[in-house]
Amino acid sequence: MAVAKPKTIGPREVHAAIERLAAAIEARHPDSKGLLVLGIANGGIPVARRLCARLGIRRVGDLDISFHRDDIGKHPIPKEFTPTLLPGDVNGATVLLVDDVLFTGRTVKAALDELFDHGRPATVELAVLVDRGCRRLPVAADFSGIALAAAQDEDVVVSLHDDPARDRIDIRPREARAQRAASSR
Amino acid sequence: MTWTRRHLLSIEELSLAEIEQIHATSAAFKKILQRNVKKVPALRGKTIVNLFLEPSTRTRMAFDMAAKRLSADVIAFDAASSSTQKGETLRDTAENIQALNADMIVIRHAAAGSPLYLSKILDIPVINAGDGAHEHPTQGLLDTFTMKEHLGSMKGRKVAILGDILFSRVARSNIHALTKMGSAVTLVGPSTLVPHGFTALGAKVSHDLKSALADADVVMLLRIQHERQGHRHFPSLGEYTSMFGLNKTRASWLNPRAIIMHPGPINRGVEIDSELADGERSVILEQVTNGIAVRMAVLYLCAGYQPEHVISSTE
Repeated sequence: MAVAKPKTIGPREVHAAIERLAAAIEARHPDSKGLLVLGIANGGIPVARRLCARLGIRRVGDLDISFHRDDIGKHPIPKEFTPTLLPGDVNGATVLLVDDVLFTGRTVKAALDELFDHGRPATVELAVLVDRGCRRLPVAADFSGIALAAAQDEDVVVSLHDDPARDRIDIRPREARAQRAASSR
Repeated sequence: MTWTRRHLLSIEELSLAEIEQIHATSAAFKKILQRNVKKVPALRGKTIVNLFLEPSTRTRMAFDMAAKRLSADVIAFDAASSSTQKGETLRDTAENIQALNADMIVIRHAAAGSPLYLSKILDIPVINAGDGAHEHPTQGLLDTFTMKEHLGSMKGRKVAILGDILFSRVARSNIHALTKMGSAVTLVGPSTLVPHGFTALGAKVSHDLKSALADADVVMLLRIQHERQGHRHFPSLGEYTSMFGLNKTRASWLNPRAIIMHPGPINRGVEIDSELADGERSVILEQVTNGIAVRMAVLYLCAGYQPEHVISSTE
C-alpha cells in the first residue's frame, strides 16, 4: 500500500484560511454579531475562538459531543470532558457550528444531536477550517477554509497555538490503533 | 489515561487516577442531568440487567435511572419472583442472563465476592452494587464526589465515619477511596462495631467521639445493620443512640463548616436525629442525586473500556 509522505501547511496559509472563513461568514451575515457560535470540542474550540475574535462576536461557546458518539467501545473515552457551554438560548437562534476538520460527517451529526437536546435553533450552519473529503454522511460545510483531498488512511491534524506563528496543519499516515492492535495479538 | 477496566468490583483495586477519571466523567454527566433533555444516546442499544438479590431502594433506582439516562434498556431482576426461589444458582442465573444477550450486569448480593466470581465466568462487564460486608464501590465514589463538590481537593482532609463499621461495605469502599485521595479517615463507634483491625486499611480507630467530631471536615454516619448482626454487638439501640447517636449537642462539637453525610437508609432517631438529617449541613439528599451521575459514569466507562493490549500497542 502506498503511503503518502507527511505534509505540513504552515501558519501563513492557516491564517489566510481563517481569514477566508471570516470573510465568507461576514458576507452572508452582515450582522454577524447576532450569531451564536459553538466550537465542537475539542478541535473546533480554538477555531471558533479565532473566528469570533476576528468578527467581534461575543456569543461563543463549546459543544461537547462525547455522549452522542455512536462508537462507544471503538475509541478510548477521553479523560477530561469539555462540557457543553452555551452563551445564549438555542431556541430560535442562528447557530454557527465550528470544527477544525470535516471528515466523515459523523461528528457534525453528533453535534446536531447534542445541540437539539438544548433547544430548537432557527438555523444551523457549519464552518470548518479544513474540508478533507471522504464524507460518509450527507453533510456539507457552509463555509470551509481549505479543501484537501486527503486519503482515507491519512490523519489531518490542526494545531492552533497561543503563538500564531506556530499554527499548522499536518497531513500524515493514520496511526492505526485497530490495525496495530490486531498485528500485536 | 484511557479507561481499561471492564468491571467495577471494588475501590480497593482502583488507582487514584481511575477514581479521578470516574469523578471527572460524573461531573460531565451531572451537567446533563440539569438540562431539559436529561438523556444522551451513549449506550443506545445496550441492555443492562440489574441483578439485585438483596433489598435496595437508592442504589437500584439510581442504577436504573442512570442506565435510562444513557439510553440503555434496563431489565430489573426481581429476586422474589425469579427461579432463584426454585434453587437456581447464582452462576446459572448469571450465565442465563448473558445468554439472553445482556451487555452488562449490575449485581447486589449478600455474599462478599459474588461480583468478582461473576466477572471470572462472564464475558460482559460486571458492576458491583454492594456485596455483603465487602464493598459498595459506587457508593464510595459518589460519597467522595459529593465531598469534593463541597470541599475541593480531599488531600489532607479529615473524615470521621461513625457507626456500624464492622458490617459496612460503604465504610470499606470509602476508606479505600479516601486514603487513596490523601484524606485521613477516623472510624468511631462502639469497639464491638469498630474493630482495631481496620487500621490495616490505613484508617485510624477511635472511641472518643468528641475529639473525632471536633477534628472532622466530614462526618459520615452509617446505619446500624440489624440484618447482618448474628448476635447483638451492643446492649440496645437506645444505648447506642445515647452513646453515639448524632444529636444537636454532639453536632455542636463539629467544625462549623463540616458536612454531614449518610448513605441511607436512615434510622431517624437512632444514628442521627431528624433535625440534623434535614438540617443545613446535611448533604444526604445531594448524595442521592450525585448517585445517578456517578453510576452513569461507571456504566459508560465500563461499556467503553479499551482492552489493555490495544492501549499498550498504541501508547
